[in-house]
Amino acid sequence: MTEINVNHVLDAKGLACPMPIVKTRKEIEHIEPGQVLLIEATDQGSKADLKAWSERSGHQYLGTVEEGDVLKHYVRKASEVETGNVASFEQKVNNAELKQKLNSDHVTLLDVRESAEYAFGHIPNAISIPFGELENRLDELNKEDEIYVVCRTGNRSDLAAKLLSDKGFEKVYNVVPGMSEWDGDIK
Amino acid sequence: MTVKTMTVKEIAKKVINKEELFILDVRNEDDFADWKIEGDKFEYLNKPYFDLIDGIDSIKDQIPTDRDVVVVCAKGGSSEFVAEQLVEAGFDNVYSLEGGMKAWSEHLEPVKIADLNDGGELYQFVRLGKGCLSYMVISDGEAALIDAVRMTDVFIDFAEEKEATIKHVFDTHLHADHISGGREIAEKTGAIYWLPPKDASEVQFNYRPLEDGEDVQIGSSKISVQALYSPGHTIGSTSFIVDDHYLMSGDILFIDSIGRPDLAGKAEDWVSDLRETLYKRYKALSEDLVVLPAHYMTNHELYEDGSVAKKLGELYKENHGLNVDDEDEFRQMVTVNLPPQPNAYQEIRQTNMGKISPESEKKREMEIGPNRCAVK
Repeated sequence: MTEINVNHVLDAKGLACPMPIVKTRKEIEHIEPGQVLLIEATDQGSKADLKAWSERSGHQYLGTVEEGDVLKHYVRKASEVETGNVASFEQKVNNAELKQKLNSDHVTLLDVRESAEYAFGHIPNAISIPFGELENRLDELNKEDEIYVVCRTGNRSDLAAKLLSDKGFEKVYNVVPGMSEWDGDIK
Repeated sequence: MTVKTMTVKEIAKKVINKEELFILDVRNEDDFADWKIEGDKFEYLNKPYFDLIDGIDSIKDQIPTDRDVVVVCAKGGSSEFVAEQLVEAGFDNVYSLEGGMKAWSEHLEPVKIADLNDGGELYQFVRLGKGCLSYMVISDGEAALIDAVRMTDVFIDFAEEKEATIKHVFDTHLHADHISGGREIAEKTGAIYWLPPKDASEVQFNYRPLEDGEDVQIGSSKISVQALYSPGHTIGSTSFIVDDHYLMSGDILFIDSIGRPDLAGKAEDWVSDLRETLYKRYKALSEDLVVLPAHYMTNHELYEDGSVAKKLGELYKENHGLNVDDEDEFRQMVTVNLPPQPNAYQEIRQTNMGKISPESEKKREMEIGPNRCAVK
């Protein structure tokens, strides 16, 4: 698995239920919307509970990696940008149209979700540049290519597509809705 | 703030006496749906503890004040957390279940089934949380165990209390739904561990092969434990006739259901064995034998004293699984649409064969959930 960048780490190792969730509940208040929290726990029950708690509270449970006795849970804090905005960038394609394009030459699929989201499932051949890093990593992209920008629901990719367009990329398309309803291959 | 606690022993009494109790189960919905504390007059509210981190206001109106309320979770931590908030909100009838479902799964309730010849005694150990039944025959200072479960100390202490030495430990078959305590008890007490050889071809330890017709005397008196080959749930499944009066049927025949043949992956092969055992071998036995199975399914099978038993003749009248005349229909019933397999049953079989030796915490987790060894 690719390296997973996180914004915050919560050490809940050695704590028994309910403390891993109680602490996560407190910790997540202090982080920015859209950021990723890693919770390290040893309580086996924390996996199912954290997943269920995240879903109820609107946060995005990304996945769990087991390393020895330690369960590493990745949760992304709910972000208003994603629930409010309607994609406004004009050049868009839907998921089905993207599928048609994937095997063509000179097509780049850019996944602008956080690296943790990417790590727990992405479209094969998608390259990962989280939205927050995009402005500094433009040199990794080729202006001649068709660039399809994907995120979870189409909002971050909307902002990313605008940014690319402002920087002189012309063949840029926002994929709507994106990974939340992707039914094709996942790696 | 201290929260009053209730023990699994107290809950067991309430189950057996069919008392009222309100259970606030704070595990997540899947776990609750899969497995909970069953009681005839129990009422339930399931609300995961993680919905109650910011307060219990959302459930306050659903908690009764006119009877005991026990908060239940997986291990006892979250129930205490929730009970504490309820007590702070003014409820004085709220308890937290000590040790949670883990402790419930491990509790054994000994019930005397009968006095045997010459002062002998027969006990059934009811594992209410999982529906497992184990047996101890005591005679003249000696004891024999049948289908002992993982909580070995309970049996060893009980025998000591009765001033009996455990001499023989039998398993009716290689269990797939719970971890056998047989081998450990035999190691600790020096008893002989008997297993049906056809179930034991892969086991990694020494055992005494239990053959059809084997007759083991307990104590110097006349109480015998007689083996009867009765395949179908597994290829080696063996029953016991104790003191010419009691039939320990293992996982072949239950009170209101019959054994399933698929837990070793051989349903098709073992159906005819199961049929032959239930419709021929058992049929040839005296109808007055009292059937003592290794499991029960619902609390309706419990008598007032908490025991589970019924005469073979009555089972032939009432148990649906013994009354399917058509062989194809029988085959369908025991091979198609079976209930889900028990939690971690493959790992449990490996453990009982001595192929893997999980730590005790891991063993507990493997046994979580209901037993599911039957077809109805």
